[in-house]
Amino acid sequence: MPVDEKTHVYSVTGLTRDIRFILEDKFPEVWVEGEVSNFRSPSSGHVYFSLKDESSMLKCVMFRSANSRRKFEIEDGMHVLCFGRIGVYDKQGQYQLYAEIIEPQGKGALFVAFEQLKKKLQKEGLFEEERKRATPFLPMRVGVVTSATGAAIRDVLKVARRRFSNMEITICPVKVQGDEARDEIAQAIRDLNEYNRYLIDAGLKENPVDVIIIGRGGGSLEDLWAFNEEAVARAIFASEIPVISAVGHEIDYTISDFVADRRAATPSAAAELVIPEKDELTGRVRAFSDRSETAMKSRLDMAGAKLRSLKESYVLREPVNVVLQLGQQVDDLGRRARIKMAHYVELGESAFAALSGKLEALSPLSVLNRGYSITFRGGRVVKNIKGVKAGDRLLTRLSNGEVSSRVEGTGNGSAEPEE
Amino acid sequence: MGGVNMKEISFEKAMEKLEKIVDELEAGDIPLDASLKKYEEGIKLARMCQEKLEKARQKIEVLTKGKDGKFTKKDFEKI
Repeated sequence: MPVDEKTHVYSVTGLTRDIRFILEDKFPEVWVEGEVSNFRSPSSGHVYFSLKDESSMLKCVMFRSANSRRKFEIEDGMHVLCFGRIGVYDKQGQYQLYAEIIEPQGKGALFVAFEQLKKKLQKEGLFEEERKRATPFLPMRVGVVTSATGAAIRDVLKVARRRFSNMEITICPVKVQGDEARDEIAQAIRDLNEYNRYLIDAGLKENPVDVIIIGRGGGSLEDLWAFNEEAVARAIFASEIPVISAVGHEIDYTISDFVADRRAATPSAAAELVIPEKDELTGRVRAFSDRSETAMKSRLDMAGAKLRSLKESYVLREPVNVVLQLGQQVDDLGRRARIKMAHYVELGESAFAALSGKLEALSPLSVLNRGYSITFRGGRVVKNIKGVKAGDRLLTRLSNGEVSSRVEGTGNGSAEPEE
Repeated sequence: MGGVNMKEISFEKAMEKLEKIVDELEAGDIPLDASLKKYEEGIKLARMCQEKLEKARQKIEVLTKGKDGKFTKKDFEKI
């Protein structure tokens, strides 16, 4: 078609502007679903991406203000639902969706955010079991980060009063839902840590907090959301004081639950976990005291009995007893011996006399006194006439001397000696 | 292991030591004077544990941090 004076010829700007008016008029508010691609997140805080389906693509932009409300990260491949307006960027001749709201399709934004943060922090090692600290067996002071007005604090105090009436408690009141909750909770955890350091530096006699309970009563995912925030997770991880997370949610866990040193289903359950029963502990101490006293007494008794039995035992008895017995035997023997000896002596004396009488009688000397003599011939005793000849010289011993003589003859007792 | 440093030891550690002493005394096979020493140590530990239980003076306080960064504490009043 040839151009003439009647044809309206647009400028580029003019045409673009008209296109913009038409599009913006027609599409002031649209919901559109599609798959994310070409996602970019420059430092400006605005994000750029495309939504596509099988055959078409739509360029999108989400400005910083809308982004600050976004809870989850946009990733390529995600299926999302976007709300916004169609606009035209004149300079590039580009129509695009200015997105106000973006939602993951199928799952809630919060759920996706939860999954993403969980994955990220797990990768960084914030959930590692090894780094989790044990909560103290007997806390000196319990810190509680929760709402000052909710049921949670009432329940914790009730449990504390029941189990350990003189337990010291320090409360940091915070919002537990809404936009400010996240920062207040994180700050409260930091404050308790800071206060402890201040107590130590200032050398104050106050007990430092040695365990922190953070939590709240039950609620929806939105209500509990502060406890799924990264800022809270990082404050828990950085806390030198062990933290027990008690977000009133029986079944599901929050990010705080994963990072904390311990987890309880509710704040009162947390109080039951960290606060021991004073009566039970007092009882145990007393039981130990009683047992050691009993054991010591019986040990002493045992030692005493052993000592006595040692005294009475054969081993100890022996030397003394033997000595006594022997002594007694000796006495006995001595007595008997003395009797016997005396007896023998008696016997001896009379026997002696008798013997000596006998002896005397038998003594050659006394025989000689009676007239008997001993005759020697050649130095030998003559007992009979055999071998004796006339003329032999004989020596005869008598009681008072000797007679020498010559044999005149021998016979056998018939001849009478001459005078 | 030497004597007990009363200040440093935690309640839990003290209870553990005390239990060990009681077990040893009950087993009865340590010499008499060692038993007496352990008994004494046990008494000290038991007293210390009891002190730690009584030490806390029921205090329920609220900690707040002012804009100047200073901490204040006040008693918790139930609302």
